[in-house]
Amino acid sequence: MLERVVSTSITTGAWLLTGVHPRWSGSAPSETQRIYFANHTSHMDFVLLWSALPARLRQRARPVAAREYWSRGAVRRYMIHRVFRGVVVDRIVDRLESPIAPMVDALDEGDSLILFPEGTRGPGGSELLPFKAGIFHVAKARPNVELVPVWMENSHRVMPKGAVLPIPLLCSVTFGAGIHLYSGEDKAAFLGRLRAALLGLRRES
Amino acid sequence: MSIPQDGWWVLGGLFAALVIGSVVGFVLHLLAPGSTAVENINARIKGWWAIIVLVGGAGVVGSGAVIILFGFISLFALREFITVTRTGRADHAALFASFFLVIPAQYALIWADWYGLFTIFIPVYAFLILPILAMRSEDSKNFLTRTAETQWGLLISVYCVSYVPALLTLRIPQYEGRSILLLAFLIIVVQSSDILQFICGKLFGRHLIAPAVSPSKTVEGFVGGVLLATLLGAAMWRITPFNPLQAAGMSLVITLMGFLGGLVMSAIKRDRQVKDWGRLVEGHGGVLDRLDSICVSAPIFFHLTRYLFVP
Repeated sequence: MLERVVSTSITTGAWLLTGVHPRWSGSAPSETQRIYFANHTSHMDFVLLWSALPARLRQRARPVAAREYWSRGAVRRYMIHRVFRGVVVDRIVDRLESPIAPMVDALDEGDSLILFPEGTRGPGGSELLPFKAGIFHVAKARPNVELVPVWMENSHRVMPKGAVLPIPLLCSVTFGAGIHLYSGEDKAAFLGRLRAALLGLRRES
Repeated sequence: MSIPQDGWWVLGGLFAALVIGSVVGFVLHLLAPGSTAVENINARIKGWWAIIVLVGGAGVVGSGAVIILFGFISLFALREFITVTRTGRADHAALFASFFLVIPAQYALIWADWYGLFTIFIPVYAFLILPILAMRSEDSKNFLTRTAETQWGLLISVYCVSYVPALLTLRIPQYEGRSILLLAFLIIVVQSSDILQFICGKLFGRHLIAPAVSPSKTVEGFVGGVLLATLLGAAMWRITPFNPLQAAGMSLVITLMGFLGGLVMSAIKRDRQVKDWGRLVEGHGGVLDRLDSICVSAPIFFHLTRYLFVP
């Protein structure tokens, strides 16, 4: 019950702040199991993408989040586990356990994932940081899952790095056409394709 | 109930006009499905419904509701304006203050009826203090551009828009308790001028009036729209403190200012390469697209009325 209230306030707040308007260009909202992957420039991204999804998809789309950030404090822990139902992963890779295991588990439970393959917030604008390998390993482990590129426009201006409070600015969230890993495709080629798909959406938005 | 008796007639008239407009729009939609001109007309009619329901509803509730409504309109308008500017990280503090301090303060001053301060608060205090906040980030790249953009955003979206509810503070002899009708007069004249320009332009438009600035505004639309809206304004003299001739004169001034102001706003859109202000919301214009002509006419209308009719 409380989770419902919190999540409605978050999506309403995101709308008031950014007028967040999803634009489906090349794919349509669907229950199909997906990995939504997006450019990352602001703490807002996470909430914006999540709010841009239709409510029925949002419940099953689980953001992949860094444990070091979200485990600090009871509020953050409550938000990530109960409200966003995030998949918490270690950014500092523990050699004993594969870091992608929790993501594969979530996929096996039938959920979709929201993932920022840059791993950390980039400079914004047209630049993307190099992608981490995780998304490739997840795609390889579950090759039937569709990967949908999502371009987030303007969120770095709503809440730039270092800012504590956001300002209201219009943001758009553009969903592109789904991508699958080809059999035998290597990491560099696959990550290159994901990157090109994201940058292609940027020109559209 | 805080609106005078003839206020209900105004609301009823607008309601009837909108019902007719919606029916005509629907018939046009059936006759010419997919026509962009018809879609445009229907989008405007929908926008009008929203304006009437919100402004009319706030007017019925009371002046406090009108002030709060326009405060939110300023917030949304400024959001659209700042979105297309080159402001960035270094302006974050100045922009935060613009949204969350300047807007509430400006409308609180109008609520408090503090004429001496609400007319200079933004041009003096905000314009001088906000660049200081931006300067503290020590980023001088495009500093003048960014400062000017922030100031213009505030001028148009907050300062000018706040003059609409400020009309409620005017104390005109023999017009006590009726100033909400002055607000209705301004909005109806300016908006119907926009609509009549659009219709005259579509029917008779041959010669573009400012081709480098606006691809759609024509001489024929301008003349027809301004003349018809002036006649309409004159016909509404009974709800104003003016006589018919004065009402016509006021209508002419505000439609001319509205038209020229709309062109200025078009020049800004051209410069920033956006088609409409709400570009990020697919298929819809923004708040500023409906508001651009009111922004420029409201302060002029306020001050003219004040100088000429408030002793």
